[in-house]
Formats: sequence, C-alpha cells, structure tokens
Amino acid sequence: MTGWSQALTTHPAAATETATFTGNRGLQLEEKLLFEQDSPGHCGVDLPEPPPHRSRLGGLERQRPIGLPGLSEPQVVRHFTRLSQKNYAIDSGFYPLGSCTMKHNPRLNEKLARLPGFADLHPLQPQSTTQGALELIDTLAHWLRTLTGMPAMALSPAAGAHGELCGMMAIRAALTARGDPRQRILVPESAHGTNPATAATCGYAIEPIPNNPRGRVDLGALKAKLAPDVAALMLTNPNTCGLFEDEILEIAEAVHAAGAFFYCDGANFNAIVGRVRPADLGIDALHLNLHKTFSTPHGGGGPGSGPVALAASLAPHAPLPWIVHGEGGRALIEHAAKGPEGGPATNSIGRLKGFHGQIGMFVRALAYMMSHGADGLRQVAEDAVLNANYLRVRLQGALSLSYPGTCMHEVLFDDRFLKDTGVTTLDFAKAMIDEGFHPMTMYFPLVVHGALLIEPTETESKAALDQFADTVNALAARTKTDAAGFHAAPRLTPRRRLDETAAARKPVLRWQPELSKQEAAE
Amino acid sequence: MRYLPLTPGDRRQMLAAIGVGSIDDLFSDVPKSARLDGLVDLPLAQGELAVERALSQMAAKNVAAGSAPFFIGGGVYRHHVPAAVDHLIQRGEFLTSYTPYQPELAQGTLQSLFEFQTQVALLTGMEVANASLYDGATACAEAVAMAHRVTRRGKAVLSGALHPHYREVCQTYAQFSGLQVEALKPTPGVADPIDLDNETACVVVQYPDFFGELRDCSALAARCHQAGALLVVVVTEIVSLGAVKSPGEMGADIVAGEGQALGNALNFGGPHLGLFAAREQHVRQMPGRLAGQTVDADGRRGWVLTLSAREQHIRRERATSNICTNSGLCALAFTIHLALLGEAGLTRLAELNHATACNLADRLETVPGVSVLNRSYFNEFTVRLPKPAAPIVDELAEFGVLGGVPLSRFYPGRDDLANLLLVAATETATEDDIEQFAHALAEVLR
Amino acid sequence: MPTLRFTKDHEWIRQDGDTAVIGITDYAQQQLGDIVYVELPAVGTQVEAGKEAAVVESAKAASEVYAPVSGEVVAVNEAIAGDPAKVNADPLGEGWFLTVKLADPKALDGLMDEAAYQKFVAEQG
Repeated sequence: MTGWSQALTTHPAAATETATFTGNRGLQLEEKLLFEQDSPGHCGVDLPEPPPHRSRLGGLERQRPIGLPGLSEPQVVRHFTRLSQKNYAIDSGFYPLGSCTMKHNPRLNEKLARLPGFADLHPLQPQSTTQGALELIDTLAHWLRTLTGMPAMALSPAAGAHGELCGMMAIRAALTARGDPRQRILVPESAHGTNPATAATCGYAIEPIPNNPRGRVDLGALKAKLAPDVAALMLTNPNTCGLFEDEILEIAEAVHAAGAFFYCDGANFNAIVGRVRPADLGIDALHLNLHKTFSTPHGGGGPGSGPVALAASLAPHAPLPWIVHGEGGRALIEHAAKGPEGGPATNSIGRLKGFHGQIGMFVRALAYMMSHGADGLRQVAEDAVLNANYLRVRLQGALSLSYPGTCMHEVLFDDRFLKDTGVTTLDFAKAMIDEGFHPMTMYFPLVVHGALLIEPTETESKAALDQFADTVNALAARTKTDAAGFHAAPRLTPRRRLDETAAARKPVLRWQPELSKQEAAE
Repeated sequence: MRYLPLTPGDRRQMLAAIGVGSIDDLFSDVPKSARLDGLVDLPLAQGELAVERALSQMAAKNVAAGSAPFFIGGGVYRHHVPAAVDHLIQRGEFLTSYTPYQPELAQGTLQSLFEFQTQVALLTGMEVANASLYDGATACAEAVAMAHRVTRRGKAVLSGALHPHYREVCQTYAQFSGLQVEALKPTPGVADPIDLDNETACVVVQYPDFFGELRDCSALAARCHQAGALLVVVVTEIVSLGAVKSPGEMGADIVAGEGQALGNALNFGGPHLGLFAAREQHVRQMPGRLAGQTVDADGRRGWVLTLSAREQHIRRERATSNICTNSGLCALAFTIHLALLGEAGLTRLAELNHATACNLADRLETVPGVSVLNRSYFNEFTVRLPKPAAPIVDELAEFGVLGGVPLSRFYPGRDDLANLLLVAATETATEDDIEQFAHALAEVLR
Repeated sequence: MPTLRFTKDHEWIRQDGDTAVIGITDYAQQQLGDIVYVELPAVGTQVEAGKEAAVVESAKAASEVYAPVSGEVVAVNEAIAGDPAKVNADPLGEGWFLTVKLADPKALDGLMDEAAYQKFVAEQG
C-alpha cells in the first residue's frame, strides 16, 4: 500500500471516530521511516566536485551501495520536526521522574557550549592554543571541589555509571597498592542498577544489604556484613527512597573501621547542593551527574557527564588525563611518569575515555553554577526539597506513602492504594500520560511494591505542582471505579500502549528493505 | 533567580501546608555536624550577561579550529555540519527529553534511534547496532568485554595500530576484570604479527588504522574464526566507510566506532558518539540500549526499548555493561547529518575527503625532507619529518597553522617515532589552507 | 508414579526413575509476566544443585533458573526457546526446561511437595 498511514485500513482504530484518511490526527502527524522516503540519488547537502587526484585507497574501494536513502533538506527537516513532536520534554511539561532530576535546561548554556572557542576545539591541538579550555576545566573542578568539600576531582567520566567505574577502580587500585585485596562490595537493595553492575565490572562480588523499616540502610545488618574482605560500601545519599541516610556518620565510621572505602552515588546531590558537603559525611568517593544536578540536558538519553570527587587517599589513583599548573600556563598530563611499558601507570587507574572528558557538558554546568552562584545553588536544594515535601503532603491522602516523615528531593509511594482496584502502577502511569504529564519513575526502587517515585525538582512553580497533585488525586479516586479506563490508557498519544513483549520475543532492531515490502503487501 | 519559579510567598504557603516552621526543618535528618550554616566560598549569582562575558573570555583564549588552516585528526575529525543538524537537535522535544522509558511519550526519540541503528548497521556492514555508547574508546573496551562473554576466553589481542587512547581504555577496563590484554607494539607502516591461540577471545584492529593505513582484514577474520576468536574492527573516522569496503564485508564480528565525524563538533574531546554493531547471533551479549519495532494496542507500528533484560536496571550485577546514560543527542545529530547526506552525499563527501588528503600528501612531499609513510590512506596519513615533530607542530601553531599531531604525544618514550607527524585533511581544508600549511612547514624546517 | 517436588526459588522437578524433568512454577511465570526469552544449557552440561541451570527473561525482568538437584543435562526443551510463551501457557507441561540424569536418585527428598509449596507461596503474599 502507499500513502501516509501505516495501516489505516486494517488497524482497529480505523473503525473509531478518530479515523482519518491520512492516519494523521490534527497536529499528530504520522511519519514514515527515513528509509521509506528514499528518492535514490537525492541529497540534502550540496558538495563540490572532488578535485582531480590519484586514488590511494589500497584496492579497498567500496564496490556495493550502502543502502542509505536520499532526501532533500526540506524533507529531512520536516521528518525530524515531526518526530520531535512525538516526544514529551521538560520544555513542554512537568517531568517528575524520580532519580532523574529533570530540571529546566537553561538556553544560555546551550549558546555558550556552541562558542567556537569551545565547540570547534580539537582535543589534540597544541596546548598553547587551548589554554581557555583548560581554564574552563580547572574552574569547573574548583566549583565542584568547593561544593563537595573533597580535595580531588576526576573529570573525564562520561556519565554517572562511568563515574562509578572510575571511583570503584580507584578504590580497587588503592587496596591493591596497600596489598590488601578484598573481594566484596556491599550494596543496599534500594540501589540503582548501575551500582552492582559497576562493582561487577571491577571484578567484585556483590552483597546486598537490607533497608530498615524507615527506608534507610539497616546499620546492624551493615555492621554484620563488614568483614575483612569487604572492599567498599556503595551507598546513594539521599537514597533512592528520597530519604537522607540519617545514620550516615555511623555508617562511614563502621566502613572505615573495617578497612573498607565509602563510595557514594551522588545522583541525588540536587537535594543537598550548597547545604551539605559530602566530605563532611565521611565519603571517600562520589560521582556527580552534571546532567542531573547541574542542568545539562538529557538529550533523550545522553550525553551526560559524571565527574568523581575523590578523598586524599584515592586521589593518587585518579584517571588520566589531569591538569597541572606550570610556568607557561596550564598543562594537560596525558601520561603518568611511572607504570609498565604500554600499560596503565602504577598509581593512576589509567585512561577511562577517548579524550579529556565531556567538555561540552562542562561549559553548560559551569554556566549554570555561575548563574546560580553560592546563594542560588543553596536555594536550588531548598526549593527542590520544599517542592517534594509539598507534593508529599498533597498526595499522601490518596497514594500510599512508603515511609512517613520528611523526604528530601523526591518522595516515594507504593501501590497499596491500588489494592483490589485491578489497576497497576503501570496502568496508573499510563493514565497520567493522557492527562498531559510524564509519569513518575515506576517500579523503582525495588524495596517497595509497585513503586511510584516522584521528583519535582526546583524548577516547577507552585501552580504546576498544584495542578499535578489535583490530577493525581483525581486519578487515584478514579481507580476505584474505572479499572477498564486505566487498562486502556493511554488513549490520546500518537501511539497507544506498545507491546513490549512482542518486541522482545521477535526483535526487529533495524529497518530491512524486504521486511518493509512484505508489510506493504499485507 | 531566573531559573526558580517559587516566590517567597509560595515558599511560606508551602511550608505552612507541610506543617513545618522553616526550610531548615526539612533538613533535620542531616547530622548537625554536617550542616552548612552559611554559603560555600564561591561567587554569588550572576545574570546572563555577566556569565556570558566570563565564559566568552575563556573561549577567546583558545584558537578555534575554524580560525586557522587545520589538519588534525587522530580519532576526531572536523567536518562541515549542515546548519539544519544543530537547529533540529536543539528542538526542546529532543534536547530536554529523558531516556525513552515511557514509549508512548517518546516515539520521536525511539524512531530516530531505530533509524540510527539502521544507519550504523548499513555503514558498518553489520546486522545489528545499538543506540550508542559514550565514545569510540569505551565502545572498543565494551567490544573486548563482549568478546570475552561470547567466547568465554580470557585474552584480547590489540593491534599496534589501534588508537593508543583506545588501547589505554581497554587496558583500564580490563585491569580488574581478569581479562588479559596483549597490546602489540606500534610500528607505523608494518602489519601486526598476530598470533592466535585457544585462549584468544578477540583480535582488535583499526580500519583505517591509527596511522591512516588501510588494510584488508578479510584474511585475519578468517584466521580468527578458524581459531574460535572474534574479530573486532574499530573505525574512528566513520566517513571513511563512504569510500571503502565495510568491516562487515571483510568478516568483522563486532564493529566499535567513533561517530563524532558525522553531525558532531570537535568539542575538545567530548561529548562524542560511541558506535557499536555486531552479528545478530550475539545480540543478547551486546552492551547498551536497543530500540526495536513493535505494535501498539491498535495494531499500529511503533517503537520501544527492547531486550532490556541485558541492562543494568534489570540485570544489575549480571548486566552486559554498567552503561545507562549514553550519547543519545549525538546519535541524533549523526542520524540527521547522514539523512541529509544520503547515499550520494556520503559517497561524494568521502571522495572529497580522500581527494583533499591526496593533494595534501602530494604537496607536503614537495617540502624538502618530508615523506609520506603510507602506501594507502583515506583522509589521514603519517609523514616523516627530518627532525622531531613536537616542536615543529608548536612552531606551526605560531605561524597560525594547526598542522597535525606529533606521534610523540601518544608514544612519549618512543624515540623512533619522534619525527613522525599524523596529518588529516577533510573537506573543510581549502587549497589555500594546504598551501599555507606546506609553506609554513617549509619555513619551520628551514 | 513420578514424584513432583518444588523449590523455594519456584522451580519444579518431576522424577521418573533416574532422570528428572525441571521447569518453573505457575507462580514463577506469573511473577515474571510474559516470558520473552529462555536460555537453556547444552545437553551434556553438568548442573549443580542450587546453581544456575537456565535463564528466563520477560520484557521487564530476568531470572536465573537454579537446578534443584545435581546431574547431567540429557535433554532441553527447544520448543520453549523458539516460543517462550509456552512457559506462560503451560509451565508444568509443555513449558518444561530440561531433563537431568540424577547424580543422586534420592536428591529430591529434601524438597517441598505440592501442598508444602502452595503453603510457602501463600506465605509469600
């Protein structure tokens, strides 16, 4: 078949009042794959004729077509504009994803990251031509050291999980250096999945620690597991239940007394920035997510940046490269002096990433921090915590609050309020979509049943929070009477509930010309 | 403060609704000794104008690549990015959306990832590709780890002509995992002596290699397969695949690449774009996210993230990788740039790069004492200078020419490589740029 | 008369002479949801009681299937690898995972019978 609609004549919606000739629904425009819009030979870029030359491709000239479609610039612009309109974004609405810190992304930051002096700078230029970039990195490190209170920053990690890897490798290197190989990492059951995955990547075995009834690490259980072969504790603070680990000083003391290191997942730093310095909590290593606390955009999944703050005991094991101050300005150290031929240096864990770090993210984060200043950053934490607690009291009547009392930047509910309604957490989330909200984080953390984790961030107004709370409360009331309506949600999105089981049973991970023809024939 | 919507009045009302007297009460779980009473020692808030001025001053201390004749590659390539690319990726719906875990609210991101995966698979000649990793170097380390899982063997052999940073990242990742990494000695212009045994999980080669040379790896692929090992092919200049045979055609099992060259700026080294493609039979051992096709409740085609049971948020310590955040927006830029180019545009762009590099090589060889080492190359090659390359590059910078990277920057202990210079030319280099480079080189060598 | 026994990890095992068939229980398939993938061991593999024998995945979860007893894998159910929905539809029948030759014919003695398992599941809530 031809035309716009994927399968207008066959799908059940064709029978409903929303059916249209095109398959479009007003502003919801159907859009085929790029590959289905091919005009062979067409091109959206005008390039000059190559100058005459003698080919030096060594006989490896490509013999066959690649299979890329040809489109003009207007077609490409329309294609991606239409695709963009099928996305929800923080720019368009409230995005209360717990553990993700979906805050406003200032456009000044985008503008500055695109200055040719930053964006159009090659990492291998002579260092005399990149002094401003080294100053930027150095300045960012200074802000982050001051906010964390920790003496060293490793800036190259590309994301939170990469920062974890950096921190855990530094710990392993420090233990190796002192001739004290240890085998196990303690990880609370409420941890992000990246924590155990990272520890395993470093060759460690993982030992889970239970939470206490107050949603914090069970100190007794932790102490019982702190054997001489424990290398480190990986703890998120504030934790993934949105709670501050109020026994954290005792935890740090116990971990250190056992000769282990204290790694902190700083994904939730937004709750405490400017009010608490991780160094004052006894933490040895902590990663920060610049794409959470420091407002660099998530971009539909990345890129991020995960600098790691290191205590003095771990600083010698920081990854390459790093910056030093010399006579001629700043210099980038790309090779550690010591170390076996070709291998990582004795002290540094080595290089973690292709080049010097996510510079584009550094520009954005520094612009954000300078905009807020010391005063504004403290206000960020306060408003983030205020907003979450406001939602807690606005919602605790209708939803089931998992742990009573004050929360930090996010608030955790579970699915007890859905008992006997026939509605699941997933259904509830999908119904929120029809109301124009991005759902909260669902089914995480794993320590409560059917979790709903809500993180409003500081960039939402009271009016936005009130509208959200009113909606959630109304939906919660509706669960008692309209389970079928929840099962059918969402009804108003470009696509209704998508079949993830079918996708995983018979994976189709790319467009294939044959498959497309086959579908068209059906 | 411009980013904070709450007014003092809102704050008072909200504290009252919560039932606490002050904001400090909400931080009462923080141990007293760890509470900061005052502000940290950093400057106070500033307006847009002041911040823009301060950061612009820093940017102005750098020499932007576009402001000088520019011939640096080494894994990061300066291409012209069409204006539409940056316009489209800055649409808020792309820029400020999260990972597409709620597919009904993220069909745009998911469809573009499906298109990205298809483009990467087509370019590399592989069956499946993921939705991106951090960069080429980490993709390479992930490929080595995946080969280890697939073959259950413990040794990876890295070609000496693999990008030295990629080699270092592989070594960093492997140092605590129990995997043995055997890195061969870098010898520009000479093929690696690769030995395979029954503990070899994979051989990693770069194509075109770090020194720019193009080598057919079909025979190596066959040897690997015979020995039960996988061949990992690393591509750091993805535009090259517009001109030369794909790694898949030559028998690669995994392709780990850097996609920065399409759609993305140099960014002083990041963010860049890790590409990862493999044979379908190994898809469940792949790292990173995968977008897949499915249908919705009305039977209409749509997209979701799939095979998630491989990933850390489900599999935790048994995940194929710890990666979560990837390079989504860089992947989108790649996809848009490649959509604009299409088959004809990429082919032309690759030819243009090759032609420019050929002409640069010919011109540089007219400079007394300068010779090109390569027999073959795409848009980058190694030249031998009559004296150490590092000071020459610094002197060229003083002449206003960014003239390549001295190999000593990567191999500081290797005196035999001190006179070698890695030089790249893309479509952005004009005849005049080439002339200025050759002229300046002749001057500084004089 | 074959003996049917259950584990606390929600596997079942049915012994017939010196071999036994192993699968996951109805409760396990319900908890996992729609199963999308099953990874089975190769025939001839030695499995060890309490250690991983297979892997089962749904779209949102993954779980190891532990061998309730030690022995050598003598058959695996290729049909569920091709059509994992069979595990949801008939977990104790067509949805079986593997057959082992028992290292110890009395190995099932310590496991729960059906009544004990039902009681155990009820206690799980």
